[in-house]
Amino acid sequence: MPDTAHPIPAAVAALVPRLRAICGGDGVLTDTSRRRVYDSDGITHHREIPGVVVLPTTAEQVAAVVGLCAGTGVPFVPRGAGTGLSGGALPHPEGVLLSTSRMRRIIEIDPANECAVVEPGVANLDVSRAAAPHGYYYAPDPSSQQVCSVGGNVAENSGGAHCLKYGFTVDHVRGLDVVTPDGALVRLGGKAPDAPGHDLIGAFTGSEGTLGVTTRITVGLTRLPERTVTLLAAFTSMDAGGRAVGDIIAAGVLPSAIEMMDALAIEAAEAAVACDYPAGAAAVLIVELDGPAVEVRAQLAEVTRLCAAAGSFETRTAADADERARIWKGRKSAFAAVGRISPAYIVQDGVVPRTALSEVLRRITELSAQSGIRVANVFHAGDGNLHPLVLFDDAEPGAAERAEEVSGAILDLCVEHGGSITGEHGVGVDKACKMPRMYSPDDLATFDLFRGALDPEGIANPYKLLPTPRLCGERPGVRTGVHPLVESGRAEQF
Amino acid sequence: MTRQGIEGVRAGGPGDAVCGVVPAHAARPRDVDELAGLLAEATRNGWSVAARGGGTALDWGGRPTSVDLLVDTGALNRIDHDPGDLVAEVGAGTPVAELAAVLAKAGQRLSVDPVRAGGTVGGLLATGLSGPRRLLTGALRSLVIGMTVVRPDGVVARSGGRVVKNVAGYDLAKLHVGGYGTLGVIASAAFRLHPLPPALRLIELPLPSLAHAERRLTLLRASHAVPAAVEIDWPVEGGSRLRVVLEGTPEGVRSRADELVAALARGLPAEEVTVGDALPPGWGLLPAEGTLVRLSVPPAQAPAAAARAAELGGAVDTDVRTTGSARTGALVVAVPPGARASAVTVLLEGLRSHSGWAATVVRAEEHLHTAGIDLWGEVPGLAVMRAVRDAMDPDRRMAPGRFVTDAPHTPREERP
Repeated sequence: MPDTAHPIPAAVAALVPRLRAICGGDGVLTDTSRRRVYDSDGITHHREIPGVVVLPTTAEQVAAVVGLCAGTGVPFVPRGAGTGLSGGALPHPEGVLLSTSRMRRIIEIDPANECAVVEPGVANLDVSRAAAPHGYYYAPDPSSQQVCSVGGNVAENSGGAHCLKYGFTVDHVRGLDVVTPDGALVRLGGKAPDAPGHDLIGAFTGSEGTLGVTTRITVGLTRLPERTVTLLAAFTSMDAGGRAVGDIIAAGVLPSAIEMMDALAIEAAEAAVACDYPAGAAAVLIVELDGPAVEVRAQLAEVTRLCAAAGSFETRTAADADERARIWKGRKSAFAAVGRISPAYIVQDGVVPRTALSEVLRRITELSAQSGIRVANVFHAGDGNLHPLVLFDDAEPGAAERAEEVSGAILDLCVEHGGSITGEHGVGVDKACKMPRMYSPDDLATFDLFRGALDPEGIANPYKLLPTPRLCGERPGVRTGVHPLVESGRAEQF
Repeated sequence: MTRQGIEGVRAGGPGDAVCGVVPAHAARPRDVDELAGLLAEATRNGWSVAARGGGTALDWGGRPTSVDLLVDTGALNRIDHDPGDLVAEVGAGTPVAELAAVLAKAGQRLSVDPVRAGGTVGGLLATGLSGPRRLLTGALRSLVIGMTVVRPDGVVARSGGRVVKNVAGYDLAKLHVGGYGTLGVIASAAFRLHPLPPALRLIELPLPSLAHAERRLTLLRASHAVPAAVEIDWPVEGGSRLRVVLEGTPEGVRSRADELVAALARGLPAEEVTVGDALPPGWGLLPAEGTLVRLSVPPAQAPAAAARAAELGGAVDTDVRTTGSARTGALVVAVPPGARASAVTVLLEGLRSHSGWAATVVRAEEHLHTAGIDLWGEVPGLAVMRAVRDAMDPDRRMAPGRFVTDAPHTPREERP
């Protein structure tokens, strides 16, 4: 039975014949049930049915679609694999959703220049798979790396567990082809480093689709390390685990990853995947070391000693891929595992200076105790990137609101301690109204000046990244609504 | 306001000249508020403005068309170091050497080799060039985690923060690094730091031919030694050399160096390969005089690019010397003082004729400015850069003419 609840808005319907001429009949989705598939990204409590969905296959098609939007003032929202966790790919109900999912060619693996050239829809892990026979991999490894796209990674400046040592997406992008919001196709950089003029590649990376769409990406590849060792250390308290993290860093060791889980997260992981972490652990640390074998050996001895000195009651070391996978299994399954011990949960993403970790974790425990809302902690301890999982029962009246409050209070704690409201998930629509907690009106107005330079008409992923009066209430110095959002009541979600 | 700022304004002199242009006024604000007041006042007066730090790069970039006010950031000298977080927030006027000394006391460093002696952090950022050791930690731009800039209109704006992992808002610092102060004056920046490695090895060997150089780079890529720097040094005359820096534990660098030497030294007389445990004095510094051309090429072509520069220089009797990071393809061609404009043009056009190579003149001698040589060549994305410039500095008062966004003739744009 046809789904007719959401007819295509007139302004968008007028574009459909021309979109079909650009992308072909199979590259334009108008049927409501097919558009509905794209109504959210990884954060499913923000939903909108896009006006129309286009699936271009070439840069020229992307440029033509964006050019059409520019000429008619219809907004567009770029989307990669739709795994984002801030609603950055939330569709505009009166706009074009531009999915790069059909642009998934690995154009070239170039070992001599230690880089790969890919289309934006290529899955992150596929780059590493293609590079592996040459002894290389693509370093950024967001937890969704099996499915998330390189284009989406560029939009969000994705990190991952190993960015502690290897940096974020921006540190690996050498070249970008970009369709700017006026429909122009611009080639920035390439295989050579340090493109002349302003570092537009750096500024574009992490701009969450508000400055245009990438159509081709040149990323640096990293030599596979000679040796990788993973260490699991169990502690009887979070404080002791946190102390070990500080001591490792203070000793001048730079692991490729330092991950930490608390008792509740361990319990969830045990229930879900029987990861067999040491019994009685109130905290576990996963420390991964990689590099030349001789350096890894020295660092492993140092890290093991420091963990013991900080009170670790058991350590395990994994040197082969299978053993390492067993240690990582619990950590990697933690988010999904929490679903087994709680009917619903919110994944938060905030950052604190590493030295404030213990204090902030204590405050989170207090918040949890006061509100009766359980919080499981799974996080990138090496760089202070917290991912508290705020657990609640969505069947219980008021529980979701209380969980939202706790989740928001955790972000306040991060800002209060000199941190950030997002370390890797992005601002999107989810945290746009939280930007003023971190930045002054002048800071935000300056962001908006930059955005307006590339997108004066405000058609590129509007209502994302920066607060708008409609969503967040009137505030001076910020863009006033260019394209009014439909009266969807979304403002109440903030 | 800004009575104070204006009171601090003095007449400019020859020592304040930016690429030969003497500013009418000069001022040294005592803090960010004074700097903001000064720029607001300059806006009201319609003054053009340039910034200086240590004064070591006043002859870098294009020759400004006008400088009414030169702002000396020297008093914005402050280091706020959080050793436990490996982060420091540093005032623009802080000497790079002073920062290095303070961080070293805590066993840490800002992992960038300066290319000029005596510069400040603000100048390091505004000119944006990274020295040899950029393989492990990335170039300078990768180390900036937050920045406070005074906009041309005097508004103080911050982006980023003081934590390494942070994706809230646009990373505007990227635009200011290497932006020559044309989008505002950098007041301070927060940096990601790294621990000082306990030990170091410098392996040095001759590169008797281009084929030899390319072979050595292939061997380096194949090795697991993970060098911090792979430097090529390629003069017209006198023999080319390769320098590889390893950093790590004392035991680690010893065995890594042994392995690497065994691989790299094949076919060379043993006495020509040296291994040291310290960097030579002046490591990474570019010549203080003459013209400098930044040459970016795909890394596998770095030796060929250095050889091509030598060939072009040799053809016009100019003793150019190419140095730089062979593993990344970030090179600098140094042209000796007094080189004729016609010779520099031959060099630039020769380098720019290669697809995928970019050659930009970062420092030109005065007679080259006067001759009107093309400092920039092709700059893809220039229209976008100009749009950003117009948004931030609509009257184009910030160091007009010093950066590519004001280039007098429109360089061609490459289309994909």
